Amino acid sequence: MDSVLSEDPVALKILIAGGFGVGKTTLVGAVSEIKPLRTEEVLSDRGIGIDDLDGVEGKNTTTVAMDFGRITIREGLVVYLFGTPGQERFWFMWDELSYGALGAVVIADTRRLTDCFPSVDYFEQRGTPFVVAVNCFDGAARHSIDDVRIALDLDDDVPVLLCDVRRRASAKEVMIALVEHSLRTLASAN
Amino acid sequence: MSDSPQWLDEEAGPVVRPYALIRGRTHPSGDAFDLVATVRAIGDPPSGELGPEERHILRAARGPISVADLAVELDLPVGVVRVLLGDLRDQALISVTSPPAVGARSNERILKEVINGLRAL
Repeated sequence: MDSVLSEDPVALKILIAGGFGVGKTTLVGAVSEIKPLRTEEVLSDRGIGIDDLDGVEGKNTTTVAMDFGRITIREGLVVYLFGTPGQERFWFMWDELSYGALGAVVIADTRRLTDCFPSVDYFEQRGTPFVVAVNCFDGAARHSIDDVRIALDLDDDVPVLLCDVRRRASAKEVMIALVEHSLRTLASAN
Repeated sequence: MSDSPQWLDEEAGPVVRPYALIRGRTHPSGDAFDLVATVRAIGDPPSGELGPEERHILRAARGPISVADLAVELDLPVGVVRVLLGDLRDQALISVTSPPAVGARSNERILKEVINGLRAL
């Protein structure tokens, strides 16, 4: 292990999840240099009725753009951020993304809290450590952290934070809270 | 006027469709490559037969680089880059190191380093 660490760069993956338009791209951009990563993926049955495939029945792939960010901690230690595609029909991509991931940030908007239910379910089922970051949009009714915790039926140990993903300092706090949570999860597993 | 050749800019999309580069294949030979697997160019400089994209990969991978970074660098879908990487690996021109499934994230020292690094951002 040590020889691997000294030779190969250590790459850690963090996923940024949440409903459409909740601020995933903004969060990735606030803490890292953001680049669009193109993936061309096989369409699942779930695309039927959503993607208009009339006349292109032979087409079974589609291009999905993902937000991709990189934070270089030091030479040889890099954290990669991947914004998960929001639409349900792209969920088949999540398994690859979450494989070996350090953890996930689920961004929630209290005006549309149900949008993040699927993400919460997914990471709970996979046993991936995650935090819930409540993005405080201008004009959004403020709810207490306890209300959000109850509404999402979260385990007591899952951190819930209020944040403003447009602000770098706030976005940084969210990332730090996630890594600290992963560290605690690790300690309690040992 | 309508006879003049029509020049297309980037908005029109690539002149060569991405999957034409890899002759319609959608899966690389051998094992799949993780998005954050580390790619490095190895072996002798190739003599001929490589396409411009493959040369581009070898140039970009002179130092270690991740599969995702390569896809951004080449501006190609990840699936296409993976197939190209499979070909290069078959020719022993690159080495690919997959990240350990739980290795780094279960390393307490590394996680603490990440926390300190994030604070210092």
